[in-house]
Amino acid sequence: MTDEPNLEPFDEAEYRRRQRSRANMMAWMLGALAILFFFITIAKMQIFA
Amino acid sequence: MAQSLTHGETALPADWRDLFALTKPRVMSLVVFTALCGLLAAPGEVHPVLAFSSILAIALGAGASGALNQWYEAGLDAKMKRTAGRPLPAGRLDRQTALQFGVGLAAFSLFLMLFASNWQATLLLLASILFYVFVYTMWLKPRTPQNIVIGGAAGAFPPLIGWVAATGSIAPLPVLLFLLIFLWTPPHFWALALFVRSDYAAAGIPMMPVVAGEKSTRRQILFYAIIMAIGAIAPWPLGYTGALYGWTAVILSAIFVLLSIQVGTRRTGEGDTMQPEKRLFAYSIAYLFILFGAVVADHWWPL
Repeated sequence: MTDEPNLEPFDEAEYRRRQRSRANMMAWMLGALAILFFFITIAKMQIFA
Repeated sequence: MAQSLTHGETALPADWRDLFALTKPRVMSLVVFTALCGLLAAPGEVHPVLAFSSILAIALGAGASGALNQWYEAGLDAKMKRTAGRPLPAGRLDRQTALQFGVGLAAFSLFLMLFASNWQATLLLLASILFYVFVYTMWLKPRTPQNIVIGGAAGAFPPLIGWVAATGSIAPLPVLLFLLIFLWTPPHFWALALFVRSDYAAAGIPMMPVVAGEKSTRRQILFYAIIMAIGAIAPWPLGYTGALYGWTAVILSAIFVLLSIQVGTRRTGEGDTMQPEKRLFAYSIAYLFILFGAVVADHWWPL
């Protein structure tokens, strides 16, 4: 690791692209998990009914 | 250090592909497959949703272990050609993000396993993550050439966890499958270590070829291959599997031992392309996939 300041130009478009890409990915994963947890609950209700 | 994607105080958010690469997807595929086989070979029926969720939890746990391994070994990875392109040594990701990702994923995998399966499987999953990160990565790997031998236990957990997720208890067959992966790990990794020996030496990792030399490593590959073959065939005469698995194990293990004899008895000179070692490494992966597939096939369609 270096302490020297990084003088590269800050690429805001790339920053936004990555932020958007991660936000989209997170939204899809949370949606998928909500569905998965719903089905797990249904499955457990069927087993223990 | 490689070029960092930062500007002043503002770091670029990690690309999700780099986070995915942290989970060592190729290793995960073998983990998922062996866990699935352990689950499918277990007696009784598991609800498909719960089976899927348990396997997902095991995959996420393995991914978390991989991420924490890469977080801890970022410095070592930078010194090895084979691993220098990984997200951390290449500077595409910062260590703090990798640590948070690994710990978060581990916690979530345990929660999912507990929710979808049982506490016994959750405890085993926790043990496998802790063993891989603390015992193998942090303690054994930088200290002893036996790192792979003892550390192999971490990779041997998945079929056991899969079985316990399905049944809630441990039985002799999954223990034998655990033993099979445990004994398979040394010849598999030492075959790799023979042809990337200079990489390990450069990073200062005491792998067997670096510490004990090539000749000793070759002898030990052969020794472990023979023990592994006995372990692989054992479930058949012990009555835990049928002839379908038995004959598959006999034939595949015989080929494994033959390839190991080739590796174990040869000497290399300058400029050797290490073809027999590469062949053994590639075969060892296929061997495990087919053998575990045979465990399931034997359970469902016994001869």
